[in-house]
Amino acid sequence: MNGMVGRLILRRLALGVLTLFLVSIGVFFITNLLPGDAAQTALGQAATPETVAALRLQFGLDLPAPLRYAHWLTNLLNGNPGISLVNNASVAQMISGRLPASLMLAGVTALVSVPIALLLGIASAMYRGSIFDRCVNVTAVMLISVPEFLVATIAVMLFAVKLRWLSALSHTSDVATFGAFVKAYAMPVMTLCFVIVAQMARMTRAAVIDQLRSSYVEMALLKGINPTRIVLRHALPNAIGPIANAVALSLSYLLGGVIIVETIFNYPGIATLMIDAVTTRDMPLVQACSMIFCAGYLLLVLTADVLAIVSNPRLRTR
Amino acid sequence: MKSSSESSVDTAPVPVATIRRRRSRRSWLGMIGLALVVFWLAMAMIGPRISPYDAAAIVDTDVFSGISSKFLLGSDYLGRDMLSRILFGTRYTIGLALAATLLASSVGTTLALFAALAGGWIDATISRALDALISIPSKMFALMMVATFGSSIWLLILTAAIANMPGAYRIARSLAVNVQAMEYVQAARARGEGALYITCVEMLPNMIRPVLADLGLRFVFVVLLLSGLSFLSLGVQPPDADWGSLVRENISGLGEGATAVIMPALAIASLTIGVNLLIDNLRGRRAGKD
Repeated sequence: MNGMVGRLILRRLALGVLTLFLVSIGVFFITNLLPGDAAQTALGQAATPETVAALRLQFGLDLPAPLRYAHWLTNLLNGNPGISLVNNASVAQMISGRLPASLMLAGVTALVSVPIALLLGIASAMYRGSIFDRCVNVTAVMLISVPEFLVATIAVMLFAVKLRWLSALSHTSDVATFGAFVKAYAMPVMTLCFVIVAQMARMTRAAVIDQLRSSYVEMALLKGINPTRIVLRHALPNAIGPIANAVALSLSYLLGGVIIVETIFNYPGIATLMIDAVTTRDMPLVQACSMIFCAGYLLLVLTADVLAIVSNPRLRTR
Repeated sequence: MKSSSESSVDTAPVPVATIRRRRSRRSWLGMIGLALVVFWLAMAMIGPRISPYDAAAIVDTDVFSGISSKFLLGSDYLGRDMLSRILFGTRYTIGLALAATLLASSVGTTLALFAALAGGWIDATISRALDALISIPSKMFALMMVATFGSSIWLLILTAAIANMPGAYRIARSLAVNVQAMEYVQAARARGEGALYITCVEMLPNMIRPVLADLGLRFVFVVLLLSGLSFLSLGVQPPDADWGSLVRENISGLGEGATAVIMPALAIASLTIGVNLLIDNLRGRRAGKD
């Protein structure tokens, strides 16, 4: 680690914070584009103009948009994303009740998918052009180009309906033993894994093959070192940066996948909370959930970038 | 840069027989892709006319029935014919995605050409602004748009178009910047041709193939995005139904293994896989020619 790398990382972090700030502007203004306002929505059609006016004052809706944005942002930063328009509960509480479940799902998925994807990716890079490589490749392309709910429905048909190993819905509330844990998480995690492993294995394969094309590998080949050793001892250490980058980037596909998977398995996470909020047009909740998702996404992309900087040997040797 | 190194590695040490085999496999997969795409486009046009029943007709009290001579793809949760529902849904799935993709690509390419020609701060401003738009994941963006405006056909087209425009812009801009540095463009400029002539006659024809390949990939993204939204019942609203809505409305039959859930999902998959196969092999043929 030296000054050059440190400076690059700092710059990337600053850029990340700036992007998050821009995203927050985007989220706020997209969700405030309609002239109809939150006070009217909260009180319903039957409200008298006076009560609407009073509530508008209470919500601060009479202020100009930039000022309301500033209010919203400072409240958000202080951990107070507002009050739900639908049931008057605190948005912070609603989210904190659901967030751990989603993080659990994402965490378990990452734990399962990363090793499988790395194995598949490295193996198919080692035996590139073989039947195995082609099968992995075709399967991965297929999985990437079909909707997540197809993977989920086929998984349910196979494991819950035909084989009767698992239940089609995940009951995470009554998880006491490890067996129950596996049963509850198996279906959603498996579905998410299929999608993510496909992405990650493809990117890992590309990263390793990129290294295998370099001149030091050609040199090693010409010296007569056996190919397995070349991949494991020479190419892999140099590919770790790009692979870590690929892992972080692929994990950002979790965001899209989680929305579908939580819905299909009735999983009580933050994605289902957001879908409910969108359906009932509960704007404070929509804004807060969007910010969480966007922040998570940016964090993963940022991690990927920083890993790429740290692992670049050209920057290290200076 | 990357593609040129790939093709040189591909062509240099491989025996001729392998190349021939590889090429024939490619065209074979490409034909499957083409067949699937043509099939679904034809269904989008004539599907409602050849469907056995009306999409809304409740044919039988037998709900979630399997495949039979009466219901070629089973029946749905109300006893309607799945085949007819899928045929009627084709127009929504393909039509919306096509409209959104064309909009995204044409606006993105136009902006890209403008930015590349203008250069300087105009280019920088457009590029940075669209970069910021990319950092909101497209599903999140779509959810916010639906939450704000409520779901309608036009909103769905517009949302998918906006979400895909920055990506289309990025590709087209990098192409335009490369093409612009070519001698024939500089020659045209030296001849004193106008910006419009240079864009339409010199630059656009030389960018069109990668732009079209990108358009195909984007079409797949849009199909997945919109059917995902419909699956969350936030996309196409009843009584209209695209394939995503069909999966959603029959999801209660999943536990009993109804074909009504799986068939529309398979329809989406066959469309997206078909487009992917077609594009991959168009690309392969071009690389082979080069």
